[in-house]
Amino acid sequence: MNARRKFDQKKIAPWLFLAPGMLMFLIYVIIPVFQSMNISLYDWDGLGEKTFIGMDNYVELFDDEAFYTSLKNNIIWLVLYMLAIPAGLFIALFLNQTVFGIRLYKSLFFFPFVISQVVVGLVFSWFYDPSFGLMNVMLNFFGIDSIAVLADERYVTYGIIAAGLWPQTAYCMILYLTGLNAVDPEQIEAGRLDNAKGWRMLWYVVLPQLKPATFIAIVVTVIGALRSFDLIAIMTAGGPWGSSRVLAFYMYEQAFSEYGFRMGYGAAIAVVLFLIMLVYIAFFLTKMYRDERG
Amino acid sequence: MALFTKTALTSVAALTLLGGTAFAGELVINTDTSDPAPKAAFEALIAGFEAENPDVTVTWNLFDHEGYKTSIRNFLTADAPDVANWYAGNRMLPYVNAGLFEPVNDVWEENGLSESLASAEGSMTIDGKIWGVPYTYYQWGVYYRKDIFAEHGIEAPATWDDFLAAGETLKANGVTPITIGTKYLWTAGGVFDYLNLRTNGYDFHMALTKGEVAWTDDRVRATMANWQTLIDGDFFLENHAAYSWQEALAPMVQGDAAMYVMGNFSVEQFKVAGLDVDTQLGFFQFPVIDPSIPVAEEAPTDTLHIPSGAKNKEDAKKFLAYLARADVQSEVNKTLGQLPVNKNSEVADDVFLQAGAEMLSNTTGGIAQFFDRDAPAEMAKAGMEGFQEFMVKPERLDAILERLEKVRARAY
Repeated sequence: MNARRKFDQKKIAPWLFLAPGMLMFLIYVIIPVFQSMNISLYDWDGLGEKTFIGMDNYVELFDDEAFYTSLKNNIIWLVLYMLAIPAGLFIALFLNQTVFGIRLYKSLFFFPFVISQVVVGLVFSWFYDPSFGLMNVMLNFFGIDSIAVLADERYVTYGIIAAGLWPQTAYCMILYLTGLNAVDPEQIEAGRLDNAKGWRMLWYVVLPQLKPATFIAIVVTVIGALRSFDLIAIMTAGGPWGSSRVLAFYMYEQAFSEYGFRMGYGAAIAVVLFLIMLVYIAFFLTKMYRDERG
Repeated sequence: MALFTKTALTSVAALTLLGGTAFAGELVINTDTSDPAPKAAFEALIAGFEAENPDVTVTWNLFDHEGYKTSIRNFLTADAPDVANWYAGNRMLPYVNAGLFEPVNDVWEENGLSESLASAEGSMTIDGKIWGVPYTYYQWGVYYRKDIFAEHGIEAPATWDDFLAAGETLKANGVTPITIGTKYLWTAGGVFDYLNLRTNGYDFHMALTKGEVAWTDDRVRATMANWQTLIDGDFFLENHAAYSWQEALAPMVQGDAAMYVMGNFSVEQFKVAGLDVDTQLGFFQFPVIDPSIPVAEEAPTDTLHIPSGAKNKEDAKKFLAYLARADVQSEVNKTLGQLPVNKNSEVADDVFLQAGAEMLSNTTGGIAQFFDRDAPAEMAKAGMEGFQEFMVKPERLDAILERLEKVRARAY
């Protein structure tokens, strides 16, 4: 009898502990996902009656230049944002030494991640300012004409990504700094004895031990790239003429901004963004699952 | 329209109050008049109303300007105040259509407002009913550096040719003719409104913003051709897409640019930026392009409404009637630095307001609200984005007009 009860308790306890979390996750994540999918089938301004229009929002979406601009920018963000990982790694390697005041340097390098994205956006807007911005003052000094980065459709997305890389690199750096603490000095020593130096040491001895840090760095960077919203809102508001939009910003514009309130259309964009993330999430989950099974 | 400085004033909105039920004699007013001058004007307005109606207690919830645009949708549906401010024209259409505003024809009839507020009746009417009371408006036009014009011997231009000639003279002297910051798009809407009103007239402009005319129409192209004359002639500030409207004030204050197509609220900003508005700043009506077309102007109107879910409509109507009075509008607008709608009100003793009042009272062609108030939201956004693109890449005109035409087909 007694043994049987214990067995039941063991079985039930994890579910009891999980219940609050699962409930919240259900209410705030799972159900809204399906609600969004549902709303995307309607024409709705958020106030009046909803009109069921089937796939019309999606048909419109696939014939919408702004959607393709946003999609293209999202891909550029995803690719270029990855630069934060090697950049973070090299700064971490550089800072991973014991000299006087190294803690101060580390904090200074970490600083951009601590300040708000809004501040980062403002600082870079001023940096790029075509008349008094530091970047153009420097360019003019070398006899190059000013470039209005944020007013030029060719450069604007890259300009914003550069701003985003500043805090993101700091984030990756801190991940790697922590990872470097856990690198086994004996293995390094062994590598030395085998005459490994520089790149080879890094590639074959250090990096494999940093694998967990790299994995997390990729995860946060991908999420950061897909979430890119605040910088765009602050620096360009999607402009000039919508050329720096990404899907998250376009969704916000359509659903919630001053000229938006097309809830159905916004939801359709959200669903597409969700599907893109799903590819990545699926990859992430299978990898985690496999790693845990060993 | 983000007309005023986007002060990050946290909303003073007492949400707890929104949740409470109003008892008789309590009047709940929600407004976004959080900038210093509008705030002072409303404080005085409410104090005056309470003094005349001692049995009514006013609860005033002040929202910040940007947040209000979203909040109004929530509070109108969830827990409506008795009075809320908003804008005339197409901007109030969604709320009228959703049945969230109360028609106030009785207030107009009982107080003879059709006569005293005649100029705004058209923009307050939808489906034959009147949906609120206008209390203030302001003119648009060209603000210019008087001293720079005088220095180069230029007169304030009244015709298109004079305007172009003035620009040429300015350029020859190293001054950019027109400053503008199109980062937040609406400034380009103002320029388009004026060019279209002057090229095709008020009726066409209204038909276009109501979606009755194709964007690929030759008359739209005529407007754009006039605009292109200015663009090809390098009349506009370089890199304007990088600046907000406030940032674009700087070149004019520094004397690098000489004109700004703007609303009267900019005078205050010029003052703050250090311009001596008495000797350096002037105002002239946007020049006439086609003399055969009656001159129309742009003058956005701000209004108060009664939500259909209001609990104390009786006192709310009293408040609207009070606000419509000539003496009250005189006082409110003196503080606001804007023009009273009531024709019996006095205009404050200010050069720019006097000029605006005179211009608007002589306007025969019609008074437009503003591109993003006359056109529905979706069209307004796409339109203003197209204008910004056109100002930088005029060679894309055809693609832009076709895109706008596509939006028109869907938005109406």
